[in-house]
Amino acid sequence: MSEKRIVYLDHAATTPMVDAAIEAVTAHLRDGANASSLHASGRRARRVVEESRERVAQALDCRPGEVVFTSGGTEADNLAMKGIYCARHAADPRRARILTTAVEHHAVLDPLECLAEKHGANVELLPVDADGRLDLAVLRASVERDPSSIALVSVMWANNEVGTLQPVDEVVAVAAEHGIPVHSDAVQAVGAVPVSFARSGVDALTVSAHKVGGPLGVGALVVRRETDLQPLLHGGGQERDLRSGTLDVPGVAGFAAALELAVKQRSEAAEQRASLRQRLVAGVQAAVPDAVLNGPGPDSWHEQRLPGNVHLSFPGCEGDSLLMLLDARGIECSTGSACSAGVPQASHVLLAMGRDDDAARSSLRFTLGHTSTEADVDALSAAIAGCVERARAAKL
Amino acid sequence: MRVLAAMSGGVDSAVAAARAVDAGHDVTGVHLALSRNPASYRSGARGCCTIEDSNDARRAADVIGIPFYVWDLSERFHEDVVENFLDTYAAGQTPNPCLRCNEKIKFAAVLERGLALGFDAVATGHYAVLREGADGVEMHRSVDAAKDQSYVLGVLDQHQLRHSLFPLGGSEKTDVRAEAAERGLLVADKPDSHDICFIADGDTGGWLREKLGERATHERGEIVDDATGEVLGQHAGSYGFTIGQRKGLRLGTPAPDGKPRFVLDIEPVSGTVRVGPRERLAVQRLTADKPRWCGAAPSGPLECTVQLRAHGEEHRAVVRVEGERVDVELLDHASGIAPGQAVVVYDATRVVGSATITATERVEASA
Repeated sequence: MSEKRIVYLDHAATTPMVDAAIEAVTAHLRDGANASSLHASGRRARRVVEESRERVAQALDCRPGEVVFTSGGTEADNLAMKGIYCARHAADPRRARILTTAVEHHAVLDPLECLAEKHGANVELLPVDADGRLDLAVLRASVERDPSSIALVSVMWANNEVGTLQPVDEVVAVAAEHGIPVHSDAVQAVGAVPVSFARSGVDALTVSAHKVGGPLGVGALVVRRETDLQPLLHGGGQERDLRSGTLDVPGVAGFAAALELAVKQRSEAAEQRASLRQRLVAGVQAAVPDAVLNGPGPDSWHEQRLPGNVHLSFPGCEGDSLLMLLDARGIECSTGSACSAGVPQASHVLLAMGRDDDAARSSLRFTLGHTSTEADVDALSAAIAGCVERARAAKL
Repeated sequence: MRVLAAMSGGVDSAVAAARAVDAGHDVTGVHLALSRNPASYRSGARGCCTIEDSNDARRAADVIGIPFYVWDLSERFHEDVVENFLDTYAAGQTPNPCLRCNEKIKFAAVLERGLALGFDAVATGHYAVLREGADGVEMHRSVDAAKDQSYVLGVLDQHQLRHSLFPLGGSEKTDVRAEAAERGLLVADKPDSHDICFIADGDTGGWLREKLGERATHERGEIVDDATGEVLGQHAGSYGFTIGQRKGLRLGTPAPDGKPRFVLDIEPVSGTVRVGPRERLAVQRLTADKPRWCGAAPSGPLECTVQLRAHGEEHRAVVRVEGERVDVELLDHASGIAPGQAVVVYDATRVVGSATITATERVEASA
């Protein structure tokens, strides 16, 4: 079989590593030193880690001492949910409520479900509007009902499926009135929209390396020094005792290089992605006029949506069928639905936005990144009508 | 051809997919997710419906070098197979869910979706032989008689057969295992699946009690001697019984002649289970409905053989078809035949078709 050109439109799943990150990782793969060792080699490795920490801090506008390196976004989310809840609940057992949105990533929702089942947490999934944006009035009412009973508020910066930006500033303002800590999963937002830890006022922020062109398996929880947090991993006491485990020196170096570049080029990249997004939606809707854009549309997407995110429902199709047909043509995207126990489920995000099961199952997510071109978008626009026609015929 | 290979995660379907590739087809693997709650289905090496099985299928597809997807057919499977299985038992009959799955899921829902998506055929690891005959595609028993699965495929019509591939039909199972090992497929020594995939622990009676308990019109019923009408005992649900069953009757009083007693009949409404000696199980004639013919329906009496259960023996028979009704005169009497089971009709090795047994006629006790 001849190698066909791959049109990669799934950058929200992961994006190819940028050269700067590949160079940084490979430069340290042969070092063979443990950053906790006290000898010269150990000191060299430690220096790489600390310089990387400083670069990460600079890119996220936080202090180096606030960066806790983890194995990625999922671990950082787990550390924030379980770590903050357990510490706050232990300090005052009345604090049993956790407020979050119905559209969070499973890396937030599932640890919360675990806390609810096993540790007595009372988790409230706050509703979102038709665009997937948190209803602030409901948040405010829920907080004010009994602020002293809240352990934590967690609201994602940007949604991974439909790209909707959440009103993090307003959430922080409400929580701050009562001294309630706020966590935000910014895995999708960093490098796409401006993210400043210091100015946002959040207490904890989740970041992942591979979503910004860095290596897989590295991320960080940025967390204020004064935030009370119990560790998940106990051992050698690395990362201020908050996350034990020998540091992945090449990974951390690659993370810093990629993040630095992503933040530096953010404005330009966002503009380019927004223009490709415009072209993609116009091209697909010209080919399939009844395709429905989910999430904020052209009227508001400059302010309310990640520039590289497109999420479309194709009425009468199964997203699974469409994905398979596009895949066979070398066009790669995502159904955006989580795979629960091996069986694909309708997206909880779409359902929370008020779409029905059919609409949720008929959706595809196309996400743009640093390698995306007009040719990629045009290839999709050229292929989509034929695929939709077939997928409609194939609907069970 | 563009071929959709249904991959259960077992050795047979993996080798079937690999052979389809070797035959020059453009093959895509699909694993069918049939359970709405995989943990409740048979797990580990014995089933085809768990995450482990799905991963085995995915790894086999990697080794073969074909694209692979999981298709969620759990709703359809539940409606068309599991519910039908329960309904049939509730009506005092004995269903065969594998035939039902082939008729409604693998060679219907999956095939139709595949055809619509641009595929030409579905390939499976079933042991049966397809060949072009004078009147279309014929299905024959497989070369490996012990593995022959033509019985559970007897529900396929000409359209379905035209779009099916059974690459293993000409092989012995031992050769298929050896070939899997040679091809580097890690499932080569995975045990064969048996029993019913959606009953996790293999305890059909317990599963039926749990599922049908609230549905049953009766909680208990009587076990009655068919000849004398004497009540011999009580039972806790007639769905736990199958015609021809001997074990588990728990009758206190032995038969006067000391011979074992067997379930002869189940009355679904009253829940009465009739028992009697082995001779009374012998059946000389049966009627069936819902026929499915692989090609044209037989016209006029057909001297043939019939098979009445999976891996059951062949009986010489004369089959007469009148529209939806099929009459089978058994020249070799059969024993322990339950309504709900499928009668599959063979002309030598060729499958003619199948029908669902509705009634049986016992051999009258000769004086």
